[in-house]
Amino acid sequence: MHAYANPTRFLAIARPLTRWLLGVGLLLVLAGAWAGLTQVPGDYKQGETARILYVHVPAAWLGMGGWTSLALAGLIQMVWRHPLSGIAARAIAVPGMLFTALCLATGSIWGKPTWGTWWEWDGRMTSMLVLLFLYAGFIALTNGDEGQRQGGSLSRGAAIYALVGAINIPIINRSVVWWNSLHQGPSITLRGSSIDNALLWPLGLTLLGFSLLFGAIVLMRMRRIIADNRVAARLRRLADDEGN
Amino acid sequence: MKAKHQRLVLALFAVAGIAGAGVLGASALRDEAAYFRTPVEIKGGKAAVGEPMRLGGMVALGSIARQSDGLTIRFVATDGKASVPVEYKGIVPDLFGEESGMVADGRMRADGTFVADRILAKHDERYMPPQMGEMPKNMKAPAVT
Repeated sequence: MHAYANPTRFLAIARPLTRWLLGVGLLLVLAGAWAGLTQVPGDYKQGETARILYVHVPAAWLGMGGWTSLALAGLIQMVWRHPLSGIAARAIAVPGMLFTALCLATGSIWGKPTWGTWWEWDGRMTSMLVLLFLYAGFIALTNGDEGQRQGGSLSRGAAIYALVGAINIPIINRSVVWWNSLHQGPSITLRGSSIDNALLWPLGLTLLGFSLLFGAIVLMRMRRIIADNRVAARLRRLADDEGN
Repeated sequence: MKAKHQRLVLALFAVAGIAGAGVLGASALRDEAAYFRTPVEIKGGKAAVGEPMRLGGMVALGSIARQSDGLTIRFVATDGKASVPVEYKGIVPDLFGEESGMVADGRMRADGTFVADRILAKHDERYMPPQMGEMPKNMKAPAVT
């Protein structure tokens, strides 16, 4: 794993991979949106409104998956001091927050015509909003003086913050089971799906598509952070040379 | 033990501690974090008359009755174990209907009726096509009632 600590080796893989993830991801999202909007019937109860799930569900999955990987990166940083882990955590935070916000926004738009309300403080919505604030906190924490850290690694504080925040992920997942809530229970569990196959398949396309796009954004941001680090290192060297 | 292993053990202990604290906190919040109370909880004495609260349950089949003023509806909210009569004056969400979930903001009246100020519709986790594949291709999906 430490082989990729060398940024040159990482970049040699990341550059072509970004292009592939971006292209295939866009294609899948477009195909899923087309299928979800035109090829499948509306829901028996909610009618056309339920079609928003093809965006809402991937957004929720990536918001939560984003923090899970951010916390893993924090753990790897703390234990193995892998040089890319801090860069990865920083790179994940922004798209993670974006998809969490997208999940909250689409949920709100969906809630009004079905439940009759834009927002309620039930367990699922509240814990998802907490996730949005956790992302905002992490971005603020790693962008202040922290942003100047050499090599883009995380401070111990930021890594611990990432790990502690991870407790919210199982809470979001279980919120509709532990507490009675306005949000319905989980549709897709290990035992199967209560979304009929006729409506389910476009979700597979958008889920995979948005995940690939998420990966592409993370790689782009990692490359950008590495480039920034190189510029900073070069400037430091220049300043040192002038000082002598 | 290498420093790396020490850090790993320490981090795993910390994660286990955080997870434990989270579970304890979540279970302590069990009642507080509930979005609504169920009819069986209200019948079980968890509802003082006049106290603002939220009631959630299924609308019992055949129970919706529109009153003569044209605005007020009465229905029975049930959770299978107990049921509470509900009275509400206003417009309900489109998805509100019999044998479907609902959540009502309001308070208990002394006669045992729950008087709602606001009603939200709850739907379940099932999604399927209308009439499960029997619909001819050229027909549009029927409007949801």
